[in-house]
Amino acid sequence: MADRSFEVARLPGFKFIAISAFVLLYLPIITLVVFSFNSGQSVALWEGFSFDWYGKAWANEAVKGATIRSLIIAASASAIATTVATMAALGTTRRKAFKGQTFIYVMINQPLMVPEIVTAVALLIFFASIKVATGYNGLIYLVIAHAAFCIPFAYLPIRARLEGMDLTLETAAADLYASHWQAFRYVTLPLMLPGIIAGAMLAFVISLDDVVITEFVKSGGQDTLPTYMLGQMRRAVTPEVNAISTVLLALTVVMLTAFFVLTRKKD
Amino acid sequence: MPETTIAVEARNAVKTFGQGAVAVTALDNVSVKIKQGEFFTLLGPSGCGKTTLLRLIAGFETPTSGQILLDGDDITNLPPNKRAVNTVFQSYALFPHLTVAQNIGFGLEMQDRPRAEIKDTVARMLALVQLEPMADRKTSQLSGGQQQRVALARALAPTPKVLLLDEPLSALDLKLRKEMQIELKRLQQETGITFVFVTHDQEEALTMSDRIAVMSAGLIQQVGPPRDIYTRPANRFVASFIGETNFLAGISDGARVKLGNGAMLDVVAPRGPVGLAIRPEQVRVVAVDTAGAILATVASTVYFGTDTHVHVTLSDGTEIVARQQSPATGGVEMQKGAAVGVVLAQDALQVMGD
Amino acid sequence: MTSEAETKAEAARTRSAWLLSAPALVVLLFAASGPLLIVLAYSFLTPGQYGNVIWEWDLNGWIGILFTKDIFDGTWGLADAHMTIFWRSVKLSLMTTAITFLVGFPTAWFIATRPPAQRAFWLFLITIPFWTNLLIRTVAINEVIRNEGLLNTSLIWLGVISEPIRIIYTDTAVLIGMAYVYLPLMVLPLYAAIDRFDMRLLEAGYDLYASRIRVLRRVILPIVKPGIVAGSILVFVPSLGAYVTPRVLGGGKNMMIGNFIELQFGQGRNWPLGAALSMTLLVVVMVALLVYVRAANKEGNPHG
Repeated sequence: MADRSFEVARLPGFKFIAISAFVLLYLPIITLVVFSFNSGQSVALWEGFSFDWYGKAWANEAVKGATIRSLIIAASASAIATTVATMAALGTTRRKAFKGQTFIYVMINQPLMVPEIVTAVALLIFFASIKVATGYNGLIYLVIAHAAFCIPFAYLPIRARLEGMDLTLETAAADLYASHWQAFRYVTLPLMLPGIIAGAMLAFVISLDDVVITEFVKSGGQDTLPTYMLGQMRRAVTPEVNAISTVLLALTVVMLTAFFVLTRKKD
Repeated sequence: MPETTIAVEARNAVKTFGQGAVAVTALDNVSVKIKQGEFFTLLGPSGCGKTTLLRLIAGFETPTSGQILLDGDDITNLPPNKRAVNTVFQSYALFPHLTVAQNIGFGLEMQDRPRAEIKDTVARMLALVQLEPMADRKTSQLSGGQQQRVALARALAPTPKVLLLDEPLSALDLKLRKEMQIELKRLQQETGITFVFVTHDQEEALTMSDRIAVMSAGLIQQVGPPRDIYTRPANRFVASFIGETNFLAGISDGARVKLGNGAMLDVVAPRGPVGLAIRPEQVRVVAVDTAGAILATVASTVYFGTDTHVHVTLSDGTEIVARQQSPATGGVEMQKGAAVGVVLAQDALQVMGD
Repeated sequence: MTSEAETKAEAARTRSAWLLSAPALVVLLFAASGPLLIVLAYSFLTPGQYGNVIWEWDLNGWIGILFTKDIFDGTWGLADAHMTIFWRSVKLSLMTTAITFLVGFPTAWFIATRPPAQRAFWLFLITIPFWTNLLIRTVAINEVIRNEGLLNTSLIWLGVISEPIRIIYTDTAVLIGMAYVYLPLMVLPLYAAIDRFDMRLLEAGYDLYASRIRVLRRVILPIVKPGIVAGSILVFVPSLGAYVTPRVLGGGKNMMIGNFIELQFGQGRNWPLGAALSMTLLVVVMVALLVYVRAANKEGNPHG
C-alpha cells in the first residue's frame, strides 16, 4: 500500500516543472546528436541513418584545418595555463595571509568576472597594434589569449587539491632528511597531480569551447571549430554542423567525466 | 471532578515504513487515550515508536491502519496545518529569518487572526516564558535555553488543543534541563493545555508526568501514573527500563514461591516456574542470624553518598542488589565475603510475566 | 621577542608567494587585465576613418552612448537606436533571469528533495549542459526553433499548422535561447542554497497552520533568498553581455549590447564608441557582481 503520509517537501507543480525542465534541457541536444546521423540534408526530417556528414565534414579542408588549429591552441593554452596556475596555487595556498593576496586572487579570477565580449574587444585592440607593429600574425596570439582565460579554470581544482592535502606529509618528508626540492618532487607534486590533471582538462575544454575571444583575436584563415561553426550559422544549416557539434560534445563529456572521477572525494 | 474528557486517542494505530522484506513496523496496533489537561509522557528507548506516535498525532505521518482522534473527531487524514495541535521540535526548528516575536506570532498569522490579537498574544507569551527583552532579537542570538522557550511560546501561542513535545530537553545541559523540567510543568499547569511529551529519560518522565506510557518495540507496555509504573511494573521490560530491579527465579505451588536456594516466599503466583522482581530499596541486608532472613554473602558495596548499594550473592549464585541509607556514623561495615541475611519486603515483590 | 626574525620570515613568505604567482600574473596582465586599460584609453580618442583611432582627445565616444548628432543640422539628440538596443538588452536579460528562476527554482527544489543517493545523478544532468559549449547549445536550440526546424516541421507534420511559425530572428528566439543556455547557472546556486535549507523548518511551518503556498512564501523563499540573488546575478550578468546567442538566434536586427559593441569595431568603425560601451558594460557587471559577493557572504553567515 502506498504511504499516504503528508509530504512536507512537496510543493504543487514543482515536480512537473522540474521534469519538464530536464526534458527541455536535453531534447535539443539529443536532437542535435541524432540528426548528425541523418542521411538527408535536413536537421529536422529523418531520412535514414548514415555517417555521411562526419565523412563530409572531415573531407572539408576548412573543417580539418579548424580541427587541427583547435587542438593545437587548446593543448598549448592549457599547458601554459596549467603550469602557471600550478605555480600560483603553490604560492597562494597553505600559507598565512600575505601582502597583496587579495590582488592576486582578483587578478587570477578576473577572466571569470569580466564579460567575454569586453575582453575580446580589449584583445582585438591590443593585438591589432602588435600585429601592425611586428607584422607577425601567427597562432601565438590565440594561444596566449586562451591561456589567460584558462588560468582560473586550471587554478581552482589545483588549489582545492592543495588545500585538502595533509601538511604533515611534507613535514614528515623534511624530518626524513628530504631537501625542500626533494620534498616537493617526491611528496607534494605526486599528491597534487590529480588536481593538476583535472585543472589541465578543464582548461583544455574551456579553450576548445571558446567562441567570442577567438572570433575577435583570430587573423584571416585562423578559424577554430567553434568560429567555423559560427560562420556557418548564417547559411542554411546542414547536418555537417551537427556532426562537428557531436564530436565536440563527445570530447567535452569524456573530459568532464574524467574530471569528475579525478576530483571526486574519496571517503 | 466531572468525567474526564479524552483529548487525543489512538485507535489500533499501525505504522509500517517501507514495503515487503525491508518493511519496519514502528507501531504495532497501539491504542491509547490521553485525557484533557494531563501531562502525558511517551517513554521508551530509541526506536520504540514513541516519536512515530507523536508524528501521527501531529499529522506528519498517516497510520498504515487505525485512527487518530482529537476531541473525539477523526483527524487521521487531516494534514498537519489543519490540526489544532502544535509541536515543540527536538531541534526547536525556529525560523532563522524571523525575530523572536515574529516566530511566536507565526502560527497566529497563518490563522489570519487580527493584528491586535496577535500583538496581545505574543506579548502574553513573551511574558509567560520570560523573554520580553528578547522580542526583537534574531533567534540565532539566543542561548539554547532561550531558544527552547521561544519554541515553547511559539507552539503555545495559538492555544492548541494538545501540545506535542518531541524530546525538547535533550539538547540542554543537565542544570538547564532540570530548570526547564520545572518550567514545563509550570507552563502546563498555568495554561491547562494537554501536553504529550516524548522522552527516553525515565527520570524526566517520572518527575513531570501525570501519566506515563512505557513503549517498546512498537507496543505500549504499560500506561499509568509514575508511582504505579515504578512500584507495579507490568512486565520485565518495564521493570528493567525504569529504575533498577532484581530479578529472581523460582517455582510456585500456587500459594508460595520457592527460590533457587530453597528459600520460601509468601507470594501468590500461578503454579510452575515464575519470575519475581523487587526494587533494591525494598531489600534489606541484616545480621546473619535474623529470623526469616535469606542467607547471603556480600560480594561488594558501592558508596553513592546518601545511599550505599550492597551486592550480595545467594547460595545458588543469584545476585541481589540492596539499596540502603549510608550509615552516618559507625554503621555496620559489610566486608566483602561476610555472611549476612537478606530480607525482601513481601508486599513489594512483583510477579513478572515476560 | 623575535620580532626581527618574524618580520624577515614574513617578508620571505610574501616574496615567494609573489614569485610563484608572477608567471600567471604576467600572462593575465598581458592578455586579460592590461588590455582593459587600453580600452579605457581608446574610449577617449577620436575614431579613425577606417576603424582604429587617431590619438586625439575626444569625449564623443562616451557622449555617443546616449546621444547622436544629426547629420544635416548638427544638433544633438537622444540616440533612439542605441536606446532600443540597451532597452532590449536589459529587458531580455531581466526576462531571462525571471524565466530561469521560475523554471530553475522548482528544478533545484526537486533535486534537493530527492533521496541523497539520487541527488548526484540529477545534479550531473544539470552539470553536463553547464559545461557543454554554449555555441553547441545555441545551435541545438536554433535547430529546434528555426522555420524548417524540429518544432515547425513536427507541427506541420501533425497538421497543427500549415505555415511555419516564425520564431527565429525575433526577440522571442533570443529569449528562449538565453533562458535555455543559462538555466544551469540558475539551478546550481539555488540547489546549493536549498541543500543547506533545514527541511525541519517545513514541519514547523505546517505545524503552525501554514498552507503549502504560505510555507513557500513565508519560510522557504526568505531563507534561500541569498541563493536566489546569487542565481539571478549569475544569469543576469552573462545575459547582459551575451554575444553568441543573440547573434545566432537574433539575426542582424535583434542586437544586444554585445553585438552592438562588435558592430562598432566592424562596420560601425567607431572604436571609441565601442570602447566606451565596453567600459559601461564592465562597470554594470562589476556592480552586479559586488551585489553577488555580498549576497554570497550573507549566505555563508546568515545572521552576522
